[in-house]
Amino acid sequence: MTPVVAGAAAVYTLRTADDCLVLSHRLAQWSSWAPTLEDDIALTNIALDLLGQARGLYARTAELDGTGRTEDDYAFIRDEREFVNCLLVEQENGDFATTIVRQLLCSTYQLALWQALATSTDEQVAAVASKAVKETSYHRDHATDWTVRLGDGTEESHLRMESALAALWPFTGELFESDAVTSEASAIGLGPDPQALWPEWEGYVSRVLRDATLVVPESSWAPTGGRQGLHTEPFGYMVAEMQHLHRSFPGATW
Amino acid sequence: MSEETPAPLWEVFIRSKRGLSHNHVGSLHAPDAEMALRNARDVYTRRLEGVSIWVVPSAVITASSPDEKDSFFDPAADKAYRHPTFYSIPKEVQQL
Repeated sequence: MTPVVAGAAAVYTLRTADDCLVLSHRLAQWSSWAPTLEDDIALTNIALDLLGQARGLYARTAELDGTGRTEDDYAFIRDEREFVNCLLVEQENGDFATTIVRQLLCSTYQLALWQALATSTDEQVAAVASKAVKETSYHRDHATDWTVRLGDGTEESHLRMESALAALWPFTGELFESDAVTSEASAIGLGPDPQALWPEWEGYVSRVLRDATLVVPESSWAPTGGRQGLHTEPFGYMVAEMQHLHRSFPGATW
Repeated sequence: MSEETPAPLWEVFIRSKRGLSHNHVGSLHAPDAEMALRNARDVYTRRLEGVSIWVVPSAVITASSPDEKDSFFDPAADKAYRHPTFYSIPKEVQQL
């Protein structure tokens, strides 16, 4: 498949949409597996919010890149290398602690992003973002509550949170990277400079971790590449699973 | 939250819109009131069911016993005059 060469605006909205879709699918994988029924529903609720956010942004991307693709085209008939989500969202669910830490790191980033995008010069993006702010505030509350409970919980839960944090922290650097796409997006008022989101993200996350008696890990390893379509190994398996039905039965609907 | 020590049970009441009273919708498990409220939001208000939620520990509810059914409820059966069926209700009254 020939990758569609698109302007920076379309790549920017595609990245944001892919973050939502991939995180949504990861959370959906908890369906019927979460520790309690209540959390099963909570995680899949969050997954559905993210899916809705992704849909709005795919629709806008299709207009911006001029291909007129549908949401399904973006989700189901792109190959792994064409996804431009960050590496953090694609990391495997692991245990419940890993998912909660990933949720804390992702939702804090996304809330700061949506708040900035709510004033985007692109009206459709601003509309998606304004709705998403309310949803993502809840996602962050959910993750915050669990982070504190588990971090400041039992010896076992603290250890699991500690190791989840150590595993996921290196992937957070990529969230705040700038490149030609983000520069163009911020120049035309479409989206914020990623680095502008860092102080709020860092402030909130470290406050929560302190309440949870967890320490910010030190790491010099800073993997990156998701925005260029270079993903970590588990992502290919996730894409295969996500796309299997559509590829076996093209155009299948409910 | 483990199998050995299930979290306490809570009863959930939802007010579907302003002006109506809270109705019992079901129950759930949660370790404390804060999480019970959060779980109730996730489990029972996903389809725009409510504008307000109450959670109450199931343990503090005192319930009537099935054995007392006759003495509790039967005496009301033959007192039709207690029902406001002799009045005509204006059409505009939606909730009574």
